[in-house]
Amino acid sequence: MVAKSRLGLGGTWPVCAAGAVQLGVVLLCHARLDVAARMARIWVEGGARVAIHVDAKASARSVARMRDALSDLPGIVFSRRHTCDWGRFSLVRATQDAAQMLLERFPEVTHVYLASGSCLPLRPVRDLAAFLALDPACDHIESVNALDVGWTVGGLNEERFTLFYPLDWRKQRWLFDRLTALQRGLGIRRRLPKGLSPHLGSQWWCLTTATLRAILEDPRRVEFDRFFRLTWIPDESYFQTLARRHAIRIESHSLTLAKFDHNGRPYQLYDDHALMLEESRCFVARKVWPQATELLAHFPRPPGPQPDLSPPQPQRIERLINRTVRRRLLGRPGLYMQSRFPRKDAENGKTSAPYSVFQGFSDIFPEFEDWLAGLLDADVHGHLLGPEMVEFAGRPEIGPGAISSNTLIRDRDPHGFLTALIRITTRMQVFQFSPRDNQRLNWFIATDPNAHIHVVTGAWMLPLLESDMPFDDIRRVTALLQRAEIAQMDVLNSVWVKARVHVHELTDFLARPQEMLLQSLQHLPLRDGPPGDMPRMRDLEGLADLVRRLKNSGLRPHLAGDALPTADITLPERIAAE
Amino acid sequence: MRIGDVPFPGRLRCRAERQYLVVRAWNRRHALKSIMNRTDQIRKGDILAFVTLRNERVRLPYFLDYYRKLGVDHFLFVNNDSDDGSGNYLAEQPDVSLWWTNAGYRRSRFGMDWINRLLMKYGHGHWCLTIDPDEFLIYPHSDSRPLEALTDWLDASGRRSFPAMLLDMYPRGNIEDQPYEEGTDPFQIARWFDPANYSISKNAYYGNLWIQGGPRTRKFFTAEPLAGPALNKTPLVKWHWRYAYVSSTHMLLPRHLNMVYDESGGEMASGCLLHAKFLSTFADKSAEELDRRQHYANSKEYQAYHAGLRRGTDLWCSESREYADWRQLEDLGLISRGNWA
Repeated sequence: MVAKSRLGLGGTWPVCAAGAVQLGVVLLCHARLDVAARMARIWVEGGARVAIHVDAKASARSVARMRDALSDLPGIVFSRRHTCDWGRFSLVRATQDAAQMLLERFPEVTHVYLASGSCLPLRPVRDLAAFLALDPACDHIESVNALDVGWTVGGLNEERFTLFYPLDWRKQRWLFDRLTALQRGLGIRRRLPKGLSPHLGSQWWCLTTATLRAILEDPRRVEFDRFFRLTWIPDESYFQTLARRHAIRIESHSLTLAKFDHNGRPYQLYDDHALMLEESRCFVARKVWPQATELLAHFPRPPGPQPDLSPPQPQRIERLINRTVRRRLLGRPGLYMQSRFPRKDAENGKTSAPYSVFQGFSDIFPEFEDWLAGLLDADVHGHLLGPEMVEFAGRPEIGPGAISSNTLIRDRDPHGFLTALIRITTRMQVFQFSPRDNQRLNWFIATDPNAHIHVVTGAWMLPLLESDMPFDDIRRVTALLQRAEIAQMDVLNSVWVKARVHVHELTDFLARPQEMLLQSLQHLPLRDGPPGDMPRMRDLEGLADLVRRLKNSGLRPHLAGDALPTADITLPERIAAE
Repeated sequence: MRIGDVPFPGRLRCRAERQYLVVRAWNRRHALKSIMNRTDQIRKGDILAFVTLRNERVRLPYFLDYYRKLGVDHFLFVNNDSDDGSGNYLAEQPDVSLWWTNAGYRRSRFGMDWINRLLMKYGHGHWCLTIDPDEFLIYPHSDSRPLEALTDWLDASGRRSFPAMLLDMYPRGNIEDQPYEEGTDPFQIARWFDPANYSISKNAYYGNLWIQGGPRTRKFFTAEPLAGPALNKTPLVKWHWRYAYVSSTHMLLPRHLNMVYDESGGEMASGCLLHAKFLSTFADKSAEELDRRQHYANSKEYQAYHAGLRRGTDLWCSESREYADWRQLEDLGLISRGNWA
């Protein structure tokens, strides 16, 4: 009967031009049968024979509509319908039945392509046949040894084969996870059928009829089926494993472009992917969004005068997809926004670019900021975290990125303030800091590898020399600032520091100011070489006297260093220590 | 086990609050008078828009046009006692269902009781977009993919809510200078925005992010930035009758709907609501709203605007960016495509 139907229709069928290759397609259809019918038409009109499997869950009406839509086409058979559940053996069973039927009804088929109803052929079917004819004995099936971990995305590798999976992951996830954990706990290891080494790969393949027949007619098929029935996602391992047993030569790749996201869901293709898909030279792509009408109208491309034999080059589209996966998993460093708000220390980049913090320099050199701005190819700000205003370079009221110079707005979210500033500006950011400023970012900056912190401890004391405040106020201010600086030093001396930190004591710095200053300019984007002049230094007269008075009033301004030319009062300390 | 780890009290409180809101919405069924009910047109899988408005007649043609093109299948409007012909205009539209009320906006939790009521009755099982007439949704690929592509993808990814931060748009120069013409694109006039001055903190109870900033905060709320308007919104939700908006569309219950952001460093997909509030129509509106005192925190916002606007201030500054497209917003980090390639 098979032969008769073939003879009856054989004369009217389009025949593949490419030599000995006659393509057959197994089409697995689940939902959107209207789109699937369209795909079936593309395959048949391209010269392929098609066996269609429709999920038993599809409604009788939509199936009838599909059959109706395809009734004018020869070379299509519908196989027995199975209920297909994701990740279960039913998908393999459906493929087996449809493939069997295809081979029985169309014995002239030399290659069988497995596709789904939402797989869109991008290039003419004739090109695919011509490409297969280049090496007619080759099986195109991605098949990776399961022991080489890392093929699967967000799933199990070897355990797919060594445990039992009688449950549906989508419908009974909780039980599924419990059962898996229980089997692990019990140390269950299924024994593989002899002679099989488990392989995984894309479920979309193209096998030669010889290989496929060998798989379907294998005398041990019952044994293999029994084994795979309780593995997990057998549609990604059944043919991939058995092809290794029977194939002569395997080209381990899939001719279908199918990428998965980090959760193992297939990417959808839309109208705006058209150009990239065309450039990819892939034969088939999945999965097309059913309403992507332009894409469906654009592909497959009409055949050229000569069959195009170029192999698929999906690298560009794969790069795009890998980039979006990276963005979903890692995000852009230093970005805090409505859909990315990392927990502390899970930031994957606290800030987006390197920046420098200078503490104490503007106290020693009053014109330090302007001097530095003249030297560097960078934005040199004043005290961004200062108490009076946000001292942006040039002191505008609205800084880069429309960030307000209002301190209340800044202090509402200092992290957001700093990270937004660094991200929105194109040049390196440099700013001044002191114990007078908002200290809430100390931990954040200290643990940020992008930060470069230069500190001269105790320098905050110098401006007090010129103040005409009463000594009691000076003492109070000193106490406050010193406490702030001690707390900051605790942070900078902790083991968690990731920033590059240079701490100098004031006395050390004052001993060799030029050398120290030049040292701190290293790693900064100098405009034209090291500076010729030094900025003006503050008059230090009276410092020793002030320090002595502060000490005598009960403070201990030790962060300024001990070597100031002051009266020697280390003796009582020693006594205390003893 | 620490007391903070005991899961019940917070969850129970949330649950009680949600149930209270649902009952409250149910009770508001009599406050809404049906003017034109075309909800029998709604088909399975349709995308619905829910809008409360008062005297927005001049904005409506462009608004409806914009969302029809985006792929909204049906609009459900609550007309809060407009007297400028908004009601008549809407009743004539073939894809609009209209309700009318004269109940107090403030006493109805700024309109959310009405919207929750309509969402409960008509939104169940649909993707629902809850917006104001001056809010225009932008999402990654919105120039080439309709809203249905987004909702299909969200469905496939197992997500039920999609965030879209409010982005205040303003013209260059005084707001009154360029009059807004009916039916035109408001972003031809108000096409500037603040790129990077947004502050974020997490609301530990509801789990949503609280975003503030933008031109309103830097111009009108310098003395009290915490009182500035919230910009975080979750306007697109696959509704279930048990859900409820808590405060405007800023947050929802149950709390998992507020988890629209990644806390491990990754980016989830998000969009923007371009806010066309600052047009020539704004000064009149703020004077009117000031008289009615029906807005949040005793119309503090409108007081501040009105004071600010009378002084002739404009919101533009040299750091403002001119709006180009969604890619620009994505590069600036205001929205993200997440893994929607």
